[in-house]
Amino acid sequence: MYDCARFFSRSGAAKPPKETFATMSDLTRKEVEAIAHLARLAITETELPVYVASLSSIVAFIEQLAAADTANVEPMAHPLAGQVQRLRPDVITESDHHDKYQKNAPQVQAGLYLVPKVIE
Amino acid sequence: MTVHSLTIAELARKLRSREVSSEELTRACLARIEQHNKPLNAFLTVTADAALAASRVADKRLAAGDAGPLTGVPIGHKDIFCTDGVRTSCGSRILDNFVAPYDATVVARLKNAGTVMIGKLNMDEFAMGSSNETSYYGPVTNPWDRTRVPGGSSGGSAAAVAARLLPAATGTDTGGSIRQPAALTGITGFKPTYGRVSRYGMIAFASSLDQAGVLTRSVEDAALLLEAMAGFDPADSTSVDAPVPKYSTLLEQPLKGLKIGLLKEFFDKGLEESNAACVRAALDVCKRLGAELREVSLPNLPLSVPTYYVVAPAECSSNLSRFDGVRFGYRCKEPKDLMDLYKRSRGEGFGAEVKRRIMTGTYVLSAGYYDAYYLKAQKVRALINEDFRRAFGEVDVLMGPTTPTPAFAIGAKMNDPITMYLNDIYTIGANLAGLPAMSVPCGLVNGLPVGLQIIGPHFSEAKLFNVGHLYQRETDWHRRAPAGYA
Repeated sequence: MYDCARFFSRSGAAKPPKETFATMSDLTRKEVEAIAHLARLAITETELPVYVASLSSIVAFIEQLAAADTANVEPMAHPLAGQVQRLRPDVITESDHHDKYQKNAPQVQAGLYLVPKVIE
Repeated sequence: MTVHSLTIAELARKLRSREVSSEELTRACLARIEQHNKPLNAFLTVTADAALAASRVADKRLAAGDAGPLTGVPIGHKDIFCTDGVRTSCGSRILDNFVAPYDATVVARLKNAGTVMIGKLNMDEFAMGSSNETSYYGPVTNPWDRTRVPGGSSGGSAAAVAARLLPAATGTDTGGSIRQPAALTGITGFKPTYGRVSRYGMIAFASSLDQAGVLTRSVEDAALLLEAMAGFDPADSTSVDAPVPKYSTLLEQPLKGLKIGLLKEFFDKGLEESNAACVRAALDVCKRLGAELREVSLPNLPLSVPTYYVVAPAECSSNLSRFDGVRFGYRCKEPKDLMDLYKRSRGEGFGAEVKRRIMTGTYVLSAGYYDAYYLKAQKVRALINEDFRRAFGEVDVLMGPTTPTPAFAIGAKMNDPITMYLNDIYTIGANLAGLPAMSVPCGLVNGLPVGLQIIGPHFSEAKLFNVGHLYQRETDWHRRAPAGYA
């Protein structure tokens, strides 16, 4: 889980979300910038106000779920009841497609993917 | 009647009797695409040479008497399915240069069944949209009225099939992305049960909802394609290991005594009266065929859209984290460090709606908000699922409209995401509960198609095909072609 709340000035992580529901729907520029950072998205100055408005309206829209009575309801993670995650024997089944896969890479050298220097 | 207007079932007969060859058919499709694709913008890639080569192989099999029902039939794939050696863009700039290194299971199975892939079809970026306007490659237009949207996200598939550029295409349905465009373009759209069709090689959007299906010009064709596509695949961990019935041989069961539930919540004030009238007329046809109609209430269904807009963005924010400008896809120019590379590659590579959904998902999953949004949504999802379960204790199938209105104008809903999201109000429920569902054409309103939606319990595909097929035998809405495309 992302530790998002610490980026948000108005609502600390410790605060139970339910209490903040009434005021949460209007996101600030700063909050949207924080979300964009967590999502690793560069957002331009022109885009930012558009996202502030649309994300605020989406959050307000999904807040109507709060009114639903879900006491004693088990959250549903999978649409088919009783489906369990299959396991397979721990054996190698893949063949080597290294060269083929790297044809799609923006930058490679000696079979390695190149990125800007991480450690000086 | 020329070959381009025939269904797969009709083409298969002509191919077997050698009345037409697969190569002739393929050339006819390529000519149709050449003639009509530009204003429709349905195809992103046309694989003409490979298609002609595949058609010649199919013709050899047909000549040798070694052919299945799909051998030699041209089809198209939504550009979300990986196709070995062919660009697979998912409608996004970030995958504009991505050449898939393998075939999706759906692609491989349909290839093995002898189909001829003509090309890859336009779609909303990463299947996020209900109008095909979020594609990096521009909107697809609706052949019934080119100022209007074809629906989305499988809009290219829908427009191409409706305009008779090819008999059928694959699609994917996360919140209605097969059924809604099928309804808005007057064709048949089928979403199977969650887990029925392998998603290996199908670019993931929301993994607890995504399912592959088909867009065709008849229910019988959908049955023929699904029996070739469906079935267990060890490469997809959500694939269900259950036998696949031979759907195309189960189409004729009489509807006498079939219990049809009318979804009370679907006939609400959001439904345009003219759409409602078409759906009621379709229900009357089913009644004449011996079915019993009763009203069924699913009280939690109105919460399906807000539930979806928590669950789907949450899963998309996770699934789309793999696009980072390192191993494949778009990379920004001159990144100054790794963070800059991630942020700008993603910021420049993704379009506005995809970024909006990733951010929505990031927000609802973040610490302090997870319980209030994501967990809450999963609980409401359980309530919706329980509503469906209870309904299917009383009735065999549920019926209602596929969409509240016919196709809307291009640009009409692009500035208001909520209005756009509400367009999927009748289709999302089936995804949340993992149910099979279908849209069949049931009328025209001011020259624009309207869809009837039929939803069944898990793994009731054969029943849905049966009901839809008998309905299509009584009606000719599915035979109507848009003006200029007959």
